[in-house]
Amino acid sequence: MSNDIFTWVEQFKGEPAAVSWEAIGAARELADELGGSVVACVFGGEGVEKLAQEAISYGADTVLLAEDATLADFRVEPQAALLASVVREAEPSAVVIGATFRGRELGPALAVDLGTGCIADCIALELADGQVVATRPIYAGKLLCKCVVPDRRPQILTTRARAFAKPEPDPARSGEVKQVEPVLAEDDILCQVTGFEAAGGSVSLADAGIIVSGGRGVGGPEGFEPVRELAETLGAALGASRAAVDAGWMPYAHQVGQTGKTVGPDLYVAAGISGAIQHQAGMRTSKVIVAVNKDPEAPIFKLAHYGIVGDLFKVVPALNAALKEKLG
Amino acid sequence: MHIVVCTKHTPDSEAKMSVDEAGNVSWGESPLIINPWDEYAVEEALILRDEHGGTVTVVSVGAEAALEALKHAVAMGCDEAVRVWDDACAGADTLATSYVLAKTVEKIGDVDLLLFGKSAIDAETWQTGSAVARRLGWPALMYTIKIAELDPDGKRIVVERLLEQGRQVVSAPLPAVVGTTKGINEPRYTSFMGIRKAAKMAYPLWTLQDVGAEADKVGAAGSGVRWPEVAMPPAREGEAEIIAGETVEESAAILVDKLLAEKVI
Repeated sequence: MSNDIFTWVEQFKGEPAAVSWEAIGAARELADELGGSVVACVFGGEGVEKLAQEAISYGADTVLLAEDATLADFRVEPQAALLASVVREAEPSAVVIGATFRGRELGPALAVDLGTGCIADCIALELADGQVVATRPIYAGKLLCKCVVPDRRPQILTTRARAFAKPEPDPARSGEVKQVEPVLAEDDILCQVTGFEAAGGSVSLADAGIIVSGGRGVGGPEGFEPVRELAETLGAALGASRAAVDAGWMPYAHQVGQTGKTVGPDLYVAAGISGAIQHQAGMRTSKVIVAVNKDPEAPIFKLAHYGIVGDLFKVVPALNAALKEKLG
Repeated sequence: MHIVVCTKHTPDSEAKMSVDEAGNVSWGESPLIINPWDEYAVEEALILRDEHGGTVTVVSVGAEAALEALKHAVAMGCDEAVRVWDDACAGADTLATSYVLAKTVEKIGDVDLLLFGKSAIDAETWQTGSAVARRLGWPALMYTIKIAELDPDGKRIVVERLLEQGRQVVSAPLPAVVGTTKGINEPRYTSFMGIRKAAKMAYPLWTLQDVGAEADKVGAAGSGVRWPEVAMPPAREGEAEIIAGETVEESAAILVDKLLAEKVI
């Protein structure tokens, strides 16, 4: 076994996922302490070559690059097969993967191939006697669990978006790019991707620095208008509570909470959201939480850093106007 | 068609979790329920059975408390239920659990579709479905929000699955693993007749020997991940600062200044 740390770089149509650079940052810290290198795996379709230098600028020493049509659309079979093959050969100490939909599918498949453990959704990593000790939330963040992979290698880790700092890219950094070939041919792959329907809205909740969410208090689909306007002014992603989604006012893709997305922005604005424990589970790690609610007893005020008690249809437009004035 | 749904029991989502000094996790008086995400998998299995014919078997690897999840699934309408357990299975991570589940599916034998919930609300790894698919060598169709086509005779399935950027449409041969997510259906409530049926039903217990699993590949011995420490998260310091200006406009302006000072906007 080496002291190297492998990472998997996620991309969609050649666009990298921000969490992959965060994963490289986390891998860099582990590798520096262990005295190893960071090896980034960039496996995609035509045009992903440009991500190789980008991965190096974020801290990778070596990039394993595979450019092939079988790897263009994400499918776990060819990605896991190739990742397992390069990991078997290099025997790294750990493999760090962003905990996205794709990453949380890939990690356990790789773990099965290699007969090792995969610690999901890590929010902190440290080393103790050369072994990774990972912290991860369980029971919707009501508890924190420290996990290790004591007897097997590599240690596979998926890292939650925004839990690790994205390194400052250094375009002058140099590294080695090695070409690798896919392990599976198209005929060996069971899944075929036959289409893709893009989601509305461009800001991903998991990667968002600011989220503005509406809940039951917005009263209806048109009630989301002031919330949406505030989100636009802030360049924020638009979220919703389960109550608003179940009422049909917002699509499920916007739902924050235990049965929706888990988010950790710098700023979370909850408008007309009472703050049920299931909602808190999805946003409690936000750095600054602002609550606007007409009920001063709403549980969200127990979690919030700043609160305004009042009618959101007055407070939210006033906030929007004040922001436009201050931010120009 | 034979559809198998994998399920587990969890504390209720409203449970107040705590950890004592010895590190034992407790959910207080809260009941054990079927993992809420699994209800979508059970519902989808029942919809597909009613459309295409066949049988739905619900499976859980767990000690006696797992019967709660199985009973709920039967009360919803599943035809058969199997519990798999041996004390050696305790302390399993998803590597070990996926091994026992894959062995169980192989033992059942004629499975066309294997359904999972998106994740379990206790450990929240999201890993078991993907790991079982990998062990069986079946396609993994995780985060499915719509089954667009199912052709049991032609042995093919087409699903739409959720990724961060939208919906990926995937076609795969059967047998396949489908991980369901919220939005695929509205799980039904259990009926009085269903609950009666579930109460009268026999729940066979399969041992490791029954499913042909080797003892050193299950439970803690077969696991990669260990969790030596579980703790309560640190409490948030301080109370919310309630901003109450003379007017709404004044409150808004004060809040914006605070947020600028926090450097979050």
